[in-house]
Amino acid sequence: MKKNSRNVAKAGGSDVIHATTWGLLATAALIGGILIGSRGLRYFDPALVSYAGATLFAAFGLGYRFSMWLRRPPTRLYWFRGWEVFLQPRRFSKNIVHLFEILWSNIVLQRFIGRRSRMRWTAHWFLAWGCLMAAAITFPLSFGWLHFETLRSSQQMYRAFLFGIPVVQFPLNSIIAELMFNALDIAAVMVLIGVFAALWRRGRDHGAMAVQQFADDLMPLILLFAISITGLFLTASTHLMQGLHYTFLSELHAITVIITLLYLPFGKFFHIFQRPAQLGVDFYKRAGVEGEQAVCIRCGLMYGSRMQMDDLKQVQAALNIQYQLANATHYQDVCPSCRRKNIALTQDSMWIAAAQKR
Amino acid sequence: MKNAEFFIDYSRCIGCQACVQACAECDTHRGVSMIHLETVARRESVQTAPQICMHCEEPICAQVCPADAIKKTPDGVVQSSLKPRCIGCSNCVMSCPFGVPKYQIDIDQMMKCDMCYDRSSVGKKPMCATVCPSGALTYTTMQDIQRTRRGIPINEWKFGGEVVRTKVYVMVPPEVQRVDIDVVQIAGTAAALPRDPYDVALMLENA
Repeated sequence: MKKNSRNVAKAGGSDVIHATTWGLLATAALIGGILIGSRGLRYFDPALVSYAGATLFAAFGLGYRFSMWLRRPPTRLYWFRGWEVFLQPRRFSKNIVHLFEILWSNIVLQRFIGRRSRMRWTAHWFLAWGCLMAAAITFPLSFGWLHFETLRSSQQMYRAFLFGIPVVQFPLNSIIAELMFNALDIAAVMVLIGVFAALWRRGRDHGAMAVQQFADDLMPLILLFAISITGLFLTASTHLMQGLHYTFLSELHAITVIITLLYLPFGKFFHIFQRPAQLGVDFYKRAGVEGEQAVCIRCGLMYGSRMQMDDLKQVQAALNIQYQLANATHYQDVCPSCRRKNIALTQDSMWIAAAQKR
Repeated sequence: MKNAEFFIDYSRCIGCQACVQACAECDTHRGVSMIHLETVARRESVQTAPQICMHCEEPICAQVCPADAIKKTPDGVVQSSLKPRCIGCSNCVMSCPFGVPKYQIDIDQMMKCDMCYDRSSVGKKPMCATVCPSGALTYTTMQDIQRTRRGIPINEWKFGGEVVRTKVYVMVPPEVQRVDIDVVQIAGTAAALPRDPYDVALMLENA
């Protein structure tokens, strides 16, 4: 799909420097986090250094892309307006309650996807929670934030440390141990359910087939499939094949994870970071409904919030969209329905004028 | 159909709603009709106006989208918002010069006419143009439209100071170079009319 030329033209040298700075800051913050969280690399596992290295690159890419994204005038305005409305003292307590509501509904249950289609929801929910679960384990492990030790007093007791601090201990033959040691396998199965559901939908839905693209829609599924299946191969090698080809399989798994981490900031996975950042829009919309309404200069009916129309005029000015009309009015103050009627009437008047000339 | 373009001629619309019904049959927006069919001044006139997406060369809907969710295909068709990105802010709905995008509140997403991309991308006519009996919506070649119509097709518009070029053409008299839009005030707008609870025309206008 094509990028918008006016927006691309706006991405000048200063934007790149700004974005590079944020990318470097994100990388530095993560390096600092690894150093502090692993107690000066004391608990850092050198076997996982390639994962940590790829994550540092991903952090740079995410910082860079997030900053570039926020340089777009509409994104920037909505970002700050969202925070402004959220932090308003008279709304703050209500906003906190509403934040939990939308986190539960939109992020945990993902209800809005369910309303699009059940198969889409099944695919997305399993993919999302499988990936988040795997990330919640893999990243802390590769950063040295999480590690496990057996107790000195008993080889049958296991202890988990977070940032070097013991947080939980459990016997090796307990259910919690089984869940802990197989959590990545559970996540892999969840991701595979999601991948197959997504492929099923994408292979049967004519609408999806018409617009889907390899790089944006199929590549992420291929990557997630590769990570999950090679991860499960490791478990199979350990438990079913006496460790056969374990070294090769672990390297193969590492390669799939590293490629995905490198792809993370630039492909479809960026929406994982983009969407939560835009929960502010929900607060903006609520404030708009409660505030003054815009009235169409043509029909005199209300058609949206005054705040949004005024903000749109600012965004349009920043993008050099010139909607000012000859009679000192603004096209933004015409409601969408009147725009449509107006266009038909304008074409009509052209034919009338042409007929009168003849 | 090779080298086909979309042509719209508002003055030919007879308000039959065939386009509205057919639009919902399209696979890319199954069950949801994306076309607008306006009654222009119901009390005085039977005039109706269909509005499909004009597929701007530099879509304003995409420029004002904070989520960068609206993309154009290499063949110039502006698609509905990308589902993973759209945040349902309605900036596109409010900024489109043609008043095209629709915010679907139930799924919190903007959807719009995508020229029935499942069909037009493989050379078939979009649904609305397939069923339009009056030729208000036509999908054919430039040669064919020039041969069969009185007017000429143009694709340049001006809204205030903003010049917009579109993939979709509009039929205008031969001497017209560009459609300059100003706000056409007519006495019969809904808010200007006196309230009458039994005025069916007004009810339809507001519907």
